[in-house]
Amino acid sequence: MTAPGRTRRRALVPRFPLAVPLALAVLVLVVAAAAFAPWLVPGATAQDLMTGISMPGPGHPLGTDDLGRDVLSLLVAGARTAVPGAFAVAAGSMLIGNLLGLAAGYFGGWTDTLVMRWADLMFSLPALLVAIVVAGVLGGGYGLAVAVLVVLFAPTDTRVVRGAVLEQRHRPYVEAALLKNLSSWRIMTRHIWPNIVPVSLASAFLNFAFALVSLSSLSFLGLGVPAGSPDWGRTLADNRTQLLANPWAVIAPGLAVIVTAAALNLVGDWLHERFERRAR
Amino acid sequence: MGWAGFLLRRSAGTAAVVLLLSAGVFGLLYLAPGDIQQTLLGTRPATAETIAALRARYHLDDPVAVQYLRWLGGVLGGDLGTSIRTGQPVADMLGERLPRTLVLTGYGTLLAALIGLPLGVLGALRKGRASDRLVVTAGVVGLSAPPFAVGLLLLVVFALGLGWFPVYGTGEGFASELWHLTLPAVALAAGAAGMLLRFSRAALVRELDQDYVVFARARGLSAPVVLGYAMRNSLVPVLTAAGLVVTGMLAGTVLVEVTFALPGLGSLLVDSVTFKDVPVVQALALLLTLLIAAVNLLVDVAYSVADPRVRLGGGAS
Repeated sequence: MTAPGRTRRRALVPRFPLAVPLALAVLVLVVAAAAFAPWLVPGATAQDLMTGISMPGPGHPLGTDDLGRDVLSLLVAGARTAVPGAFAVAAGSMLIGNLLGLAAGYFGGWTDTLVMRWADLMFSLPALLVAIVVAGVLGGGYGLAVAVLVVLFAPTDTRVVRGAVLEQRHRPYVEAALLKNLSSWRIMTRHIWPNIVPVSLASAFLNFAFALVSLSSLSFLGLGVPAGSPDWGRTLADNRTQLLANPWAVIAPGLAVIVTAAALNLVGDWLHERFERRAR
Repeated sequence: MGWAGFLLRRSAGTAAVVLLLSAGVFGLLYLAPGDIQQTLLGTRPATAETIAALRARYHLDDPVAVQYLRWLGGVLGGDLGTSIRTGQPVADMLGERLPRTLVLTGYGTLLAALIGLPLGVLGALRKGRASDRLVVTAGVVGLSAPPFAVGLLLLVVFALGLGWFPVYGTGEGFASELWHLTLPAVALAAGAAGMLLRFSRAALVRELDQDYVVFARARGLSAPVVLGYAMRNSLVPVLTAAGLVVTGMLAGTVLVEVTFALPGLGSLLVDSVTFKDVPVVQALALLLTLLIAAVNLLVDVAYSVADPRVRLGGGAS
C-alpha cells in the first residue's frame, strides 16, 4: 500500500498493492467467525461416529474428521477459540507494557534500570518453551498459558513504549506541563500516553499474531484447550494420523493459522510504518 | 575497557541469570499440583517403604534451600536424577536423544541461513521492485507460520501427494536419516528464514543509504566491493536475528519433532510434561536455559567483534 505523498520506491517494507486490504478482510472474516460461530455453525462439535472420517463430498465441502465432525464447521468454530485467548494476551501485555514503559521512560534512573533489566531477562526466554513447561507441569491449561504469555510478551511492549516515551520526554509540552505542577501520573497518562498509543497498538498487533501462533501450538501439543474443543491446533493434532483418509482436515486448520497470523503481521507492520513516519 | 573486562562482565551477568533461572527450574517440583511425594512416586504404589525411600533419596525432610543446593550440586556433578516415567537415569535419556535434535536444529539453521540471507540481500538490492515485494511478503508468511502447520502441509504435499519424502520414521544410515530429516528441517527453517530475511534486508537497506556508500560508488568502486562494505556494517542487526533464530529453533524443534514423530529432546519434553515426569522436565529446562544463555553470550561477544564501539561502552541497541 502506498500512502498519499510518498512514492513506491521509498516504501520501507514494500508490499503488493492489495496485501493490506486483503489482510484486513481476512481479519474481519476471522473476527466475524469468532463472534457469530454459535449461530453460523450451531452443531460444529457434534460428533457423528457412524460417518467417521470422510473425504469432501455433498453436505461436507471439506469432508469430516475422525469423529465425524464437519471440517468446515470446525474451521469456523475454531476462530472462536483462537481469537479471544490471543486477544487477551495482546491486550494484557499491552497494559503491563504501557504501565512499565511509561514509568521507565518518564522517571528514568533506578526505575528504568530495574524495569529494563527485568525486560531483558524476560526477553531472553523463549515464550513458547516456558509456556510448555509451566502450563504442562502445573496442569493449568489454557488460562495459565495465557497468563504466562502475557508476562513473557510484556517486555516487547515495554521496550517499544519506553523508547517512545524517551522521545517525548523532553518535548516542550511536557516541560510546560511540569511547570504547571501537574502530577507525574497526569502528565504520563493524559499528555504523553496519547502520543504513544499508535506505536503501542502496532506492537500489540504483532503480539496478537505471535500469541495466536503460540496458543495454537500449545493446543497442538495437547497443553492448551481441553480435548474436543474446535481449536485449529487441536484439530490438526487430532487428524494428523489420518492424512490419507481426509487431508483437508489437516490442510484447512493449518492454512487458517498461517493466513490469520500472516494477516495480523502484515497489518501490524503497516501500522508500525505509518505511525513511525508520522512521529518523525 | 579491554577485552578481558568486557568478557568477565558479560560472563558474570550470564552466570547470574542462569543461577536465577536454575532456582526457577528447581521450583517446578514444588509448583506441580498435588503433593511432591505423589509427583515423585508417579504410578508406583505408595507404601510406607517407597515413601520413606523417596523422602531419603530426595532429602525431602531438609529445608528447601538445602534441597536446592543438593540438587544443583548433583546437576553440576552430572547426576540429573531418575525419570519417574521410565526409571532410567535422566542423563542417559538425554544423551540418547540429543544427537538427533542437534542434527535437526543444525540442518534447520543452515537451511534458514541459505534461504534467508541471500533473499534479504536480493530484496535490499532490488528495493521496491516486484522481486523485493515478493521476497518481503514471503518473509512475513514464513515468519507467521507455526512449524507444526508448515510441517503437516509439507507432509501432505511432498510425502503423500508427490511421494518424494517419507511420511514418518527416522531412517537407517546417515544419508537415509538426513533424507528423513529434510522435511522437518524445512518446516523448522521457515520461520527462521523469514526472520533472517527481514533483519538482513532492513539492515542492508539502511547501510546502502549511507553517505559512505554514495561516496564509494562515486569513486567508481565496483558493486561487489561496495556491497561488501555495506554487508559488514549491517552485521549487528543480523546477529540480533541470529540469537532470535536459535531460541526460535529450540521452541520450533519441540513442535516439529512431535509433528514428524521424531524421538528427540523436543518430543521428550512434551511426553515428560504430559506425564508430569518432573526430573526430566527439570533437566531439559536447565539444558535449554544453558543453551540460550550461551547463545546470548556468544551474540554479545560477536557484537563487539563486529562493532568495537559496543565493547568500548557504547550501546548496541
